[in-house]
Amino acid sequence: MSPVASLIAVEVAYPGRGTVLGPFDLALTEGEIVALVGSSGCGKSTALRLLAGLEQPTAGTVTRTPERGQTAVVFQAPTLMPWADARTNVALPLELAGMAKAKAHDQAQEALKAVGLEHAIGSKPAQLSGGMAMRVSLARALVTRPRLLLLDEPFAALDEITRRNLADDIHRLWDQTRPAVVFVTHNVEEAAYMAQRVVVMSANPGKIAGQTIIDAPLPRPLGFRTSEVFRNAAEDVSHDLAKAMGHVQ
Amino acid sequence: MSRTLETLAPILLVAVLLGLWEAACRLTGVPAYFLPAPSAVAAAMAQDWALLLGSAWKTLSTALLALAFASLTACSLALIISTNRLLEKAVQPLAVALQVTPVVAIAPQVVIWAGLAHPDRAIISLAVIVAFFPIFSGALTGLKSTDPDLERLFDLYGATRWQRLLRLRIPSATPFVLEGHKVAGGLAVIGAVVAEFVAGSGGSQGLAWRILESSNRLQTAKTFAAVIVLSLMGALLHAVLQASEQAILRRFRGR
Ligand SMILES: Nc1ncnc2c1ncn2[C@@H]1O[C@H](COP(=O)(O)OP(=O)(O)O)[C@@H](O)[C@H]1O
Ligand SMILES: [Mg+2]
Repeated sequence: MSPVASLIAVEVAYPGRGTVLGPFDLALTEGEIVALVGSSGCGKSTALRLLAGLEQPTAGTVTRTPERGQTAVVFQAPTLMPWADARTNVALPLELAGMAKAKAHDQAQEALKAVGLEHAIGSKPAQLSGGMAMRVSLARALVTRPRLLLLDEPFAALDEITRRNLADDIHRLWDQTRPAVVFVTHNVEEAAYMAQRVVVMSANPGKIAGQTIIDAPLPRPLGFRTSEVFRNAAEDVSHDLAKAMGHVQ
Repeated sequence: MSRTLETLAPILLVAVLLGLWEAACRLTGVPAYFLPAPSAVAAAMAQDWALLLGSAWKTLSTALLALAFASLTACSLALIISTNRLLEKAVQPLAVALQVTPVVAIAPQVVIWAGLAHPDRAIISLAVIVAFFPIFSGALTGLKSTDPDLERLFDLYGATRWQRLLRLRIPSATPFVLEGHKVAGGLAVIGAVVAEFVAGSGGSQGLAWRILESSNRLQTAKTFAAVIVLSLMGALLHAVLQASEQAILRRFRGR
């Protein structure tokens, strides 16, 4: 199967900063969830921007099959427009694509319902908790039914309980349309829980240090966090990470 | 209890200071043209209140008109300039130079340009000039202070320049523009007063003219009365602008 998007021997260099990423390869197949794990500044967000088509590599090739509007990004912060209510925020991608306001708002309302926020449709970002704001951000990403969903440390600012709930919500929503997903995190357990494949990156410049395949159903069954499969996977990822940081030969 | 005290404290302080001032004037017998007693100032205010209010309205309406005009020109100019980096770079040094030039320094020339027969035109022009810059730089800063991730989102969804301006840049600039108007309101009053002083012809009978006229005649109590009305008016305008800024921001952010 041809990949939804791929990075082939890409390198990214910034003026005055040198090469921050690469050579780096990553191919996403239809409907898979890949987690990208690595220390802060190792180039995870840069790789994501390449996949989103927001930035061009200095060297190498990026292939992308999603058309305009079929790629969605969720950032570490909810990145909502503070002056607009939840529904208007979620309707933004549709309205930018030229959809009539009434129709866009209807679909936004549906998307908000899907993330459990039908009661907060008219609330502005300042009136929402961190977890709720992140759900709005997720609804905005999903409202266009993207084929490629890029999540850049979406849980970084949230508490443990909220993270776990959101993790299951993302799996449930993913299951409806099965987009290819890249989930960036620096938390090993979170990566092992979220993804079918965990790619660990080393830093300076960012390269692939190891990969773990997690052969378990998605969405995760109840009690998955205490299962043997999960613990082994987390251990493998942990090992790759230690190697990436130069702690193990 | 402590809240009441906090509100009462400044009033109490003013009362005590006024009392000391009154006592000092009476005890030392200092001449009224040098330092009038508070009671004399109050008497001057009571006697001239209609005149003072008329003059205050004259100055205030000039400042408000200038604020409206400055707002219109500063916002439109900032919008145009923000769309072009080169234009912005070109304008910036000039804007800074004009902004730091004291209004008193250019006032005499503006009075001449406006025509000595039309002090009103000079006064409003000078008030517009000083009110222009805070709004202009606020709008320009605001238009460029968008969240970079939101900008990326607009890139991702292929937003047009027009969509980006209307749906992202202008709303992002709103708090900065409001702040600019608050500062500009105070400056417009200062600009109007300075210009009235420079024009100084009596052709425009704002508060500055009341001050000039009375101090030329050594009617110091009247001078004090006019100064007090001027500061009260400034404080009132500031309070109104501050309250409107906050009310608009609350609506804007939903809290
Ligand atoms: N526009 C840029 N200019 C210069 N350096 C950058 C730029 N963007 C990112 N970097 C640098 O590239 C490195 C990788 O950044 P990033 O991809 O954001 O890392 P991560 O998301 O893994 O924390 C960092 O050291 C960062 O400082
Ligand atoms: Mg990052």
